[in-house]
Amino acid sequence: MLTTTFLNKTFANPIVLASGILGVSAASLARAVKDGCGGVTAKSVSLEPRSGHPNPTTAGMEHFFINAVGLSNPGVDAAVEELKKFKELSVSPLIGSIFAGTPEEFAVVTEKICAAPIDFLEINVSCPNVSKEFGKPFAYSTEAVEIITKKVKAKATVPIIIKLSPNAWNIDEIALAAETAGADALCAVNTISGMIIDCHSRKPILHNKQGGVSGPALLPIALKCVYDIYKKVKIPIIGTGGICSGEDALAMIMAGAALLGVGSAVYFRGSEVFEKICEEMEKIMEEEGIKNLEEIRGAAHSS
Amino acid sequence: MDSTKFLKIEKITDETPFVKTFYFNHRLNSKPGQFVMLWLPGIDQKPFSIGWEDENGFALTVFNRGPTTNKLFEMKAGERVGISGPYGTSFSVRPNTRYIMVAGGYGAAPLSFLAKQLSVIARSVATKQSQSTKIDFLLGARSAEHVLFEDRLSKLPNTKIHIATDDGSKGHKGFVTDLLSSVIPAKAGIHDNSLDARFHGHDIFVCTCGPELMEKKVLDACNVAGVECEISIERYMKCGVGVCGQCAVDDLGLHMCKEGPVVSGALASQIKEFGVYHRDKSGKKVYFEN
Ligand SMILES: Cc1cc2nc3c(=O)[nH]c(=O)nc-3n(C[C@H](O)[C@H](O)[C@H](O)COP(=O)(O)OP(=O)(O)OC[C@H]3O[C@@H](n4cnc5c(N)ncnc54)[C@H](O)[C@@H]3O)c2cc1C
Ligand SMILES: Cc1cc2nc3c(=O)[nH]c(=O)nc-3n(C[C@H](O)[C@H](O)[C@H](O)COP(=O)(O)O)c2cc1C
Repeated sequence: MLTTTFLNKTFANPIVLASGILGVSAASLARAVKDGCGGVTAKSVSLEPRSGHPNPTTAGMEHFFINAVGLSNPGVDAAVEELKKFKELSVSPLIGSIFAGTPEEFAVVTEKICAAPIDFLEINVSCPNVSKEFGKPFAYSTEAVEIITKKVKAKATVPIIIKLSPNAWNIDEIALAAETAGADALCAVNTISGMIIDCHSRKPILHNKQGGVSGPALLPIALKCVYDIYKKVKIPIIGTGGICSGEDALAMIMAGAALLGVGSAVYFRGSEVFEKICEEMEKIMEEEGIKNLEEIRGAAHSS
Repeated sequence: MDSTKFLKIEKITDETPFVKTFYFNHRLNSKPGQFVMLWLPGIDQKPFSIGWEDENGFALTVFNRGPTTNKLFEMKAGERVGISGPYGTSFSVRPNTRYIMVAGGYGAAPLSFLAKQLSVIARSVATKQSQSTKIDFLLGARSAEHVLFEDRLSKLPNTKIHIATDDGSKGHKGFVTDLLSSVIPAKAGIHDNSLDARFHGHDIFVCTCGPELMEKKVLDACNVAGVECEISIERYMKCGVGVCGQCAVDDLGLHMCKEGPVVSGALASQIKEFGVYHRDKSGKKVYFEN
């Protein structure tokens, strides 16, 4: 009922672990598959290892989660070993994820990570938490996204997915630029820029001061982004942002998503959340007489 | 929601040249083995085991080793720190059991809290059975001046302290794990009648907290003797709530902040990296040195 084909690859269900949740280690990713994910996205990795920001790097609130982990990762070479190991532990589709400071570096990291048995490569141009080092996310600029997409596409041996930012007011045009430059798919959205302040210490809670907001509060924003992008492009979209329940998941499919990225829901409903969402989707589909997801994909667009 | 409370440090005691205990006049209703996240705004936020809790509040016993603990060691009673938690799993509290606790370094704090809880329970449930809980507390340190909580432990009923120091300045000279063979009889886990008589019908249960290579020796000894144990496994923790994946262990993918830090010996035996390597802040493997 939930089986989904995405760029010629079959996913047992459309739920994919979003990048950065549960990390980069093979064991952690394989555990997410055991907990019900149809596929997984590994944590974004860079050319060199990075320690990330000091703590607090995350905070969970009633309606949202916020993080400024600062893209900590063991570097692409160590990540390749983890990704190889994942394929020993699991047969599920694996999406690698990378980021870099310049378009040239994106090309170098792409070449390196393609040595791993990944099925797809996600390009994170949209992290809001490292602007002190890297400047504004590339995902705010059509030109930058175009250049990076071309550079990566030239080196990649697997289909590439460009991950977009909900902070870009013209996310649909940026999506179109990525498609035109050769992207095979899109992921929308990354976290939206935000801040929380502790009124006792009178300081921003995250060490990095600003962070990225995810979880339930992000859902309506993500739905609108995916809806707008679906109108503008033909390539498939991984709808991500705030999905915590079967209802959220089906709404995202109706906005036009092909796959569904799920991350912060782990905080709100525990690590078994992936299986719970699938069960809830099936239950609603049965009640509503929906036979498969193709039937309702983009349904919210029909007038 | 994991909200942080800003709590005044009530009292600070010097335990050894490198270790202080910070007391807070606040109840967490924690269980021994659980931890808190301690936040010093502008510096960092780190996990610390709850080293004590009673009706007056809780305490953390801290080893001075880097930026956060350096800053904490400069602080005075009356100053405030951010505390969230308690988080994670705890050591089992079992009636009618002969406990063997093996502590190294600041691991003595959470285990002394466990020993205290057992004696409180033994007193409140005044049955013959629970009164008979006995504890052998194996306490290891570099030298005599680094031995933690001998006073605290000597006040507990039914608790026998066995000390080992690397340089022999107090107690046994050598590893604390050398003492295990004197308290875990060979084949202790095999329940034939003659052995039952020897243990007065008590099950032996080992709890350990301390340096990982020490813990690994304890696990190996328990597996050989067929004795049950629980181990506190520390991994680099960031979010503390099972989201970031930083503290996941190979190959099970368990998150030690949520499904640990205290795990059963059976589970620890399946954690391939236990006693072999852990991961640093970036996620890179760091191998333990013998
Ligand atoms: C469950 C758990 C319980 C702990 N209980 C205690 C305790 O009761 N008393 C105590 O003194 N220490 C305890 N620690 C270790 C404590 O977290 C580190 O001492 C502290 O983080 C050091 O920070 P720093 O900035 O002073 O030094 P740093 O220079 O940042 O770190 C020194 C070393 O501490 C360890 N460490 C640093 N950050 C972390 C982290 N976020 N998570 C885990 N380990 C880290 C690493 O091995 C590192 O090499 C515990 C750790 C864990 C995971
Ligand atoms: C702790 C944390 C770390 C993240 N790290 C990354 C990352 O490394 N790369 C990336 O592309 N997105 C990262 N994200 C964003 C997520 O992949 C996702 O796009 C976002 O959280 C919205 O989905 P959600 O509401 O289901 O969490 C991270 C999110 C969180 C909460």
